[in-house]
Amino acid sequence: MFDYNFHWRPVMKSLPDLLDAAFLTLQVAVLAMVLGIIIGLCLALIRMHMKGPIRWLASCWVELARNTPALFQLFFFGFGLGAFGLHLSPYMIVLAGLTFNCAGYLAENFRGGFNAVPDTQLRASRSLGMTAWQAYTRIVIPQVFRIVYHPITNQMVWAVLMSSLGMLVGFRELSGETQFFASRTFRIFEYFAVTAVIYYVIVKLILIASRLLATRLFRY
Amino acid sequence: MIEIHDLHKYFGTLHVLKGIDLNVEKGEVLSVIGASGSGKSTLLYCINGLEPVQQGRVVVDGTDVHAKGTDINKLRQRLGMVFQQWNSFPHLTALENVALAPKIVKGKSKAEAREIAAQQLRHVGLGEKLAVYPSALSGGQQQRLAIARALAMEPEYMLFDEATSALDPELVGEVLETMRMLAEEGMTMICVTHEMGFARDVSDRVAFFHQGVMEEIGPPEQIFSNAQSEHTRKFLANVR
Repeated sequence: MFDYNFHWRPVMKSLPDLLDAAFLTLQVAVLAMVLGIIIGLCLALIRMHMKGPIRWLASCWVELARNTPALFQLFFFGFGLGAFGLHLSPYMIVLAGLTFNCAGYLAENFRGGFNAVPDTQLRASRSLGMTAWQAYTRIVIPQVFRIVYHPITNQMVWAVLMSSLGMLVGFRELSGETQFFASRTFRIFEYFAVTAVIYYVIVKLILIASRLLATRLFRY
Repeated sequence: MIEIHDLHKYFGTLHVLKGIDLNVEKGEVLSVIGASGSGKSTLLYCINGLEPVQQGRVVVDGTDVHAKGTDINKLRQRLGMVFQQWNSFPHLTALENVALAPKIVKGKSKAEAREIAAQQLRHVGLGEKLAVYPSALSGGQQQRLAIARALAMEPEYMLFDEATSALDPELVGEVLETMRMLAEEGMTMICVTHEMGFARDVSDRVAFFHQGVMEEIGPPEQIFSNAQSEHTRKFLANVR
């Protein structure tokens, strides 16, 4: 009943290509996270401090990012915008989709983080003569970052794994590349098994790096 | 000198301060007593501009705190404040807690700011704790840290907002001792407090607040043994 013959050789031959693709995966995930953190922080601040249409827009962003499948968000930037004549490269589609999604999730994390820092910290800072900007950048945000650090790590892992959706919009990141080779050689199981290991190692490295960084950053 | 003229403060429709007139001279220690919700703490917040006022003026050394053109951040450097919840910055060591504002607000060099901070921490008895994070300090130590942090800005005035109310009873003494030391050094202080012993022994004047009105003000002997107002007598009878 189990007469499948494993053929690892083709996988090993294309391993350099897979590793290149893995690098692309990591690159797009990191970029999406950096942009997502900046935008997410802005979205959180807008939702907490502003009124009117801009706040409404920010809320829509967060709701859409969190309440719809990430795949549909990618499709929107791919086929959705494409329908209106705006054609992004596969790389840009994945980057935009992931950024959109990460920013939405991170905005909620940041909002929780800001709520967890007592208002009195801001008052104490201001009472020392700090400007609002100084109080935020020196006192409030560093504390928020500690609170959201582990959620951010989670989101980073999620971004790496989510980038595999890229293969559905023709992006040859790790999954796309795997699919490409697998369908050419029909060694589907072997390719995806190896790719799973590569994903696993990437995520493991991220988690280890995150833990090391945390012990350096947070001594209190 | 701090001059307060006809100060009114509302939180929404709630009239919290109902026309306060009060002058605090240089070198004076004023204790403000009264029940919770009588507006004592709000008064302090109005003095350093953490709360806007709806009517009246607060003038610190000739500068109107709430005037449009006032550089409030500059003014606050003259007004050190210590809070009920001591509000140490948890992500900074004791030394960094104290050194930060001199560095980024006053523009002192890093070395200079650290020197000032170390000096102030020794002053309040935390010379051994420079590299420690607040989480490793007791409440009393954190409150003394907060005092050192305010002092590092070399303020002309110190505002204490129930500085000992949130402390465990056995830690109250060390903070009061530090406040007493400051008073003896000639610091001008306004202390909102529930510590009647401190108010009686250390202050030059005691003000009693009742429902947003300053009912009575005078030397401690007068307030504690010969209060004119019925409310004052009742309050003092209850806290003792």
